[in-house]
Amino acid sequence: MTVIVSQLFTGVSIGAVLLLIALGLSLTFGQMGVINMAHGEFIMAGAYTVFVLQKVITDAGWSLLVALPVAFAVAGLMGVLLEYLLIRRLYARPLDTLLVTWGVSLILQQLARDIFGAPNVQTRAPDSLTGNIKITDDLVLSNNRLFILTLALLAVLALTLTLRYTSLGRRMRAVVQNRDLAAVSGIPTGRVDRLTFFIGSGLAGVAGVALTLLGPIGPTMGTNVIIDAFLVVVAGGIGHLKGSVIVAFALGTLQSLVEYSTTVSVAKVGVFVAIVAFLQWRPQGLFTLRTRSLA
Amino acid sequence: MLDFRGRWKAALLPLAAVVALSACGSKTGENESSTGAVADTSGDTVKVGLLNSLSGTMAISEVTVRDSIRLAVDEINAAGGVLGKKIEPISEDGASDWPTFAEKAEKLIREDKVAAVFGCWTSASRKAVKPVFEENKALLFYPVQYEGLEQSPYIFYTGATTNQQIVPGLDYLKAQGKTSVYLVGSDYVFPRTANKIIKAYAQANGMTVLGEDYAPLGSTEFGTIVNKVKASKASAVFNTLNGDSNVAFFKEYKSAGLTAASMPVVSVSIAEEEVKSIGTQYLDGQLTAWNYYQTTPGAANEKFVKAYKAKYGQDKPTSDPMEAAYVSVYLWKAMVEKAQSFDVAAVRSASDGVTFEAPEGLVTIDGATQHIYKTARIGKVGSDGLITEVWNSGQPVKPDPYLKGYPWATGLS
Repeated sequence: MTVIVSQLFTGVSIGAVLLLIALGLSLTFGQMGVINMAHGEFIMAGAYTVFVLQKVITDAGWSLLVALPVAFAVAGLMGVLLEYLLIRRLYARPLDTLLVTWGVSLILQQLARDIFGAPNVQTRAPDSLTGNIKITDDLVLSNNRLFILTLALLAVLALTLTLRYTSLGRRMRAVVQNRDLAAVSGIPTGRVDRLTFFIGSGLAGVAGVALTLLGPIGPTMGTNVIIDAFLVVVAGGIGHLKGSVIVAFALGTLQSLVEYSTTVSVAKVGVFVAIVAFLQWRPQGLFTLRTRSLA
Repeated sequence: MLDFRGRWKAALLPLAAVVALSACGSKTGENESSTGAVADTSGDTVKVGLLNSLSGTMAISEVTVRDSIRLAVDEINAAGGVLGKKIEPISEDGASDWPTFAEKAEKLIREDKVAAVFGCWTSASRKAVKPVFEENKALLFYPVQYEGLEQSPYIFYTGATTNQQIVPGLDYLKAQGKTSVYLVGSDYVFPRTANKIIKAYAQANGMTVLGEDYAPLGSTEFGTIVNKVKASKASAVFNTLNGDSNVAFFKEYKSAGLTAASMPVVSVSIAEEEVKSIGTQYLDGQLTAWNYYQTTPGAANEKFVKAYKAKYGQDKPTSDPMEAAYVSVYLWKAMVEKAQSFDVAAVRSASDGVTFEAPEGLVTIDGATQHIYKTARIGKVGSDGLITEVWNSGQPVKPDPYLKGYPWATGLS
């Protein structure tokens, strides 16, 4: 029983990581339809932000807290720059966007290598996050995973509220659902696109901050997670936050439960098979968005 | 949307051209290498090759090995060289890519006509260059601990084989009464072979292996593996993870509430350099199995550490593979001087019994296996990031790459 509970906790926390890395993508890929291969590098930028900030702010706890908004801004601005310089010109050509952003991703990786060196780097975690909460001797919930879970849920909440209740959110939805009609209604679609891209990329930066608590920071850390992020968004249903949330937690739990009784590789295969089977059943993903632009 | 096909083709065309070109390139290379190469030692200097990854994922470790080889070369040159000739090192970048290693080895042997090559780190790179050295009858000095079960006439192995590192590590655990172990490793040849040996040892020595898990190289998600380790209630963990996975593993290990006191981890791929990058807060008190630590006592080590820090910086630690690489250059020099020749066949036949007062203590070449006698040492990571010895084998252990001297190991090779 203890084992199942602790595995469920691990699963939920893997889900939270998946959710964080996929959340930004569900905006840029899900809502806008841009296949941005450099999304992983925005995650990397967020992670390196923590590394750089720790050189300035020596207290590990404060540097982590400060890093959250700073990483959001850094990754977000990189996103806006990418949107403004390249993607804006390629909205009607998804395949070209894929190739171009992949190229950008390679350039950003090499840039990180040149700036920070080829070897991976580490950050110090605050002491309050390296500990755990003991429920029984066998069942402990580690603080860093609880922190990531909270962060993921807060990010979802903030994004949902923004999309649903702010005028920016209304405009974003309007542009997604019918760009031409939004434009003739007086919505500056170009500016809305840029803002959406800013928020989506910024969330990738926040995910990067979270990942520093679990593993090393390196030029290729983005590529390692980008596939998972796309999986979550595709299986969740393009354009649906709700779908991404459910799929992220479902995949995390599936992964951890299968892995417990088998091995890492088998669990990975299991997850992929489950997704393929699922997409056979529901090719549009968990939820289908009825829009005119993506149909 | 209709022109997708055409675009794909356009994008694939240059790719296809590159593939075709590189295929031609490798073919001509094969044709040239039908005869053995002869080292050119006619000049005032003798060339040696340094073959290490100076870029890519392995660079963090291999650059330090290159640096210690350079240190040895400089010291030897300052003392007059080998057989009156100064050593001229030629450094090549293997770029953490195994075919590149083979290509650069070929270049060092055939174009530069070096007398010997020092380098390689991963077993994959060693396996990639092995046929090149055998075909050209050239010499490679390999300085890293490895999984054993190999013995090439053209390779000298100056790192530990399994009976000088893994077996003593297990002996130590057994002596401490830690008789149930959990095996965690990266998913490639070294950890899998090592764990095969550990399981055979356990069966013969009354130890139980409670579980075995492999994570893909570079994996950073260890939640489930650590849960499994914890639930197994093993008395110790034997860790053959390589590279950055160790960072994620030890972070998870600590936050799950496991400590060196409750369940110690014995690692075989974590040396001083890695301790620094993983973070001492996660490794305090954990165990390692090697043949050398920066803290190993003795005048030879004091000199080595001092010279290394003077050349490369006071904050740079020295580690086992670095020491083995440093030693390999001196051993080559001693062999050449004994043979009075740079000729590969002469050097090889002079190898048996050649000794060197190394930083790790006296090392002797075993001519039959071309490995060296090394003292096994178990160390404990201190809060200062250095590793201090808690046990050693007392005397250098005879290398036994195929574990022929261990009845339980029959059938492994």
